[in-house]
Amino acid sequence: MTKRKNQLTHPLDSLVRTDRIPHIWCPGCGIGTAFSACLIAMKSSGIDLQKTTMVSGIGCSARVPGYTNLDSYHTTHGRAIPFATGMKLGNPELNVVVFSGDGDLFAIGGNHFIHGARRNMDITVICVNNLNYGMTGGQVAATTPSMSKTTTTPMGNPEPPFNLPLLAFASGATYVARWTILHTRELTKSIEEALQRRGFSFIEVLAPCPTGYGRRNRERPLDSLRFYQEKSIVKNDAHPADIILDYQKGITLGTFVNVDRPTFTDIYEKTCRLDPAACM
Amino acid sequence: MRPEVLTGEHFLTGDEACAEGALAAGCRFFGAYPITPATEIAEHMALHLPEVGGTFIQMEDEIAAMASVLGASCAGAKSMTATSGPGFSLMMENLGLGIYTETPCVLVNVQRAGPSTGLPTMPAQGDMMQARWGSHGHYEIIALAPSSPQEMFYQTITAFNLSEIFRLPVLIMADEVTGHLSEKVVIPEAAAIKLQTRKLPKGRKDRFKPFQPGPDGIPPMAAAGEGYGIHVTGLTHDERGYPVMSPDAHEKLVARIVGKIRNNLHRIIETESYRLDDAEIALISYGVSARSSLAAVDEAREKGIKAGLLRLITVWPFPEELIASLAKRMKALVTVEINLGQIHLEVERCSRGQCPAFLVGHAGGTVISPDRILESLEAISK
Ligand code: SF4
Repeated sequence: MTKRKNQLTHPLDSLVRTDRIPHIWCPGCGIGTAFSACLIAMKSSGIDLQKTTMVSGIGCSARVPGYTNLDSYHTTHGRAIPFATGMKLGNPELNVVVFSGDGDLFAIGGNHFIHGARRNMDITVICVNNLNYGMTGGQVAATTPSMSKTTTTPMGNPEPPFNLPLLAFASGATYVARWTILHTRELTKSIEEALQRRGFSFIEVLAPCPTGYGRRNRERPLDSLRFYQEKSIVKNDAHPADIILDYQKGITLGTFVNVDRPTFTDIYEKTCRLDPAACM
Repeated sequence: MRPEVLTGEHFLTGDEACAEGALAAGCRFFGAYPITPATEIAEHMALHLPEVGGTFIQMEDEIAAMASVLGASCAGAKSMTATSGPGFSLMMENLGLGIYTETPCVLVNVQRAGPSTGLPTMPAQGDMMQARWGSHGHYEIIALAPSSPQEMFYQTITAFNLSEIFRLPVLIMADEVTGHLSEKVVIPEAAAIKLQTRKLPKGRKDRFKPFQPGPDGIPPMAAAGEGYGIHVTGLTHDERGYPVMSPDAHEKLVARIVGKIRNNLHRIIETESYRLDDAEIALISYGVSARSSLAAVDEAREKGIKAGLLRLITVWPFPEELIASLAKRMKALVTVEINLGQIHLEVERCSRGQCPAFLVGHAGGTVISPDRILESLEAISK
């Protein structure tokens, strides 16, 4: 697209591949807000953006790196975290940010998530949780609420969902937070905090998917936002086992974990670079 | 601290020689997952890679191992993994990503007998067609087949060189016997080892197109963090790396990726001939089976059968023209391999009906004895 001379530029334009706009997301989708929160945080965090790379798997949220004007890698379904792990170890100077969806990171990629967290790999993982597989047309995910309707649970989901912050905490993540796209200030601050710290940081972002999830569960985008407003309770430092994501009772938001623990690289450098003769 | 190149004469297993080849080739990342009979490659790398400034990690499965290898390569490190049958199956998905995103790396398969868990500690060559076609979609691949620990050393270096030149994952299709066999391995001076590295971008960073090929069809490669701001995707993409969902863009990209190999066959394919000049029957073999074939050729000659051997050092891309010209002057072609006919099918196809093609093979679990090959040669020559 050619720009008119007097056209105003958006303050985030330098971080957006404007030649790729319009994007693919549906009207009312929450991903765009999570995307802009991420870009604002990247700018304000002061990290070296030239040394920052974004990695994603497959899905609607996984298209974010492709719209970001940084080195970006759109990989295979579920495999963003091991790809990012290789990048970080291949060049430890890189800031590696994984931006993907709940289906990608927690169903097909669930095993990689828990091991990345266990290792305390020094990467930031941002997960847009829209409760279903959006790109393929709204199928049940590992995060879909019980009894919700999706194309593959037409009578209601018989399975319970994951509590993602609890899973992240139990796996060893050293920073764990949950926000919604309505809480953009807190979300941005949280992403900024995660980018500035070392270790495996995980941020869950609740976002509406009107096309895949909303229309089968009588939830229009505004209903989701109203719900985020009315039902969310911010409880920083709450134990991840006590937080809830229950569309009747409420949603707990906040930064639940922020602890220091040596990263994989810290320990590797200290132990594995010894002369092997000394270890035998 | 040890040198990167372990110059001297050593007594090494094929697996260890492969790891030494990788260290000498400048491999600085190994994404591992243990599996018999390839584990020793990972073990050797775990011990020695950190000494030369590299990083070893054992991932949670082979899917992750292959993904980490691609990530490390995109970050600028020469990287590899090693596995066997079941793990090779799990790596197929990200092998395809590596091919489509043109990410150099090396994947070693020390073959054991399948299908499924099969015979984990015993040899086979049953993954040769999987090597060719195992990931979905149409592509070309480079696969080498070492016959000795010495070759495990050299082919690993060759595999890295080819992967860097052509920007793709290169396969080493070894087998359990070659991996576990201990033999003398001579490692030359570092200066005598020729190493290739990926072509780097030149010119203005903001104008760089990560998938714009040079005249040779191969695009220069920028690593993450160098300021190029590149996009890399497993979707069909244009020269900027941006996704383009059209048959035209797809045709253009797949044709170029396939062309990198098809237009460079002479630079890639390596074979070795033994007593073929006056032969009437040519054995065609690779890996450990080529060793049995070599013995069988000598024994056949003693019995007056004019046999020779074509050993495939490169299995993929397949030496089609060479097989066709052999078929023209031979009475028969006999493929020797530990499977029930994989490369045999290629030989049959490439012989173009000019002479009959036979198979000496079995389902796996042991090597093929020279006696069995000799029996076939005797039967065919009657
Ligand atoms: S399908 Fe859902 S998640 Fe995907 S773009 Fe549309 S609204 Fe967003």
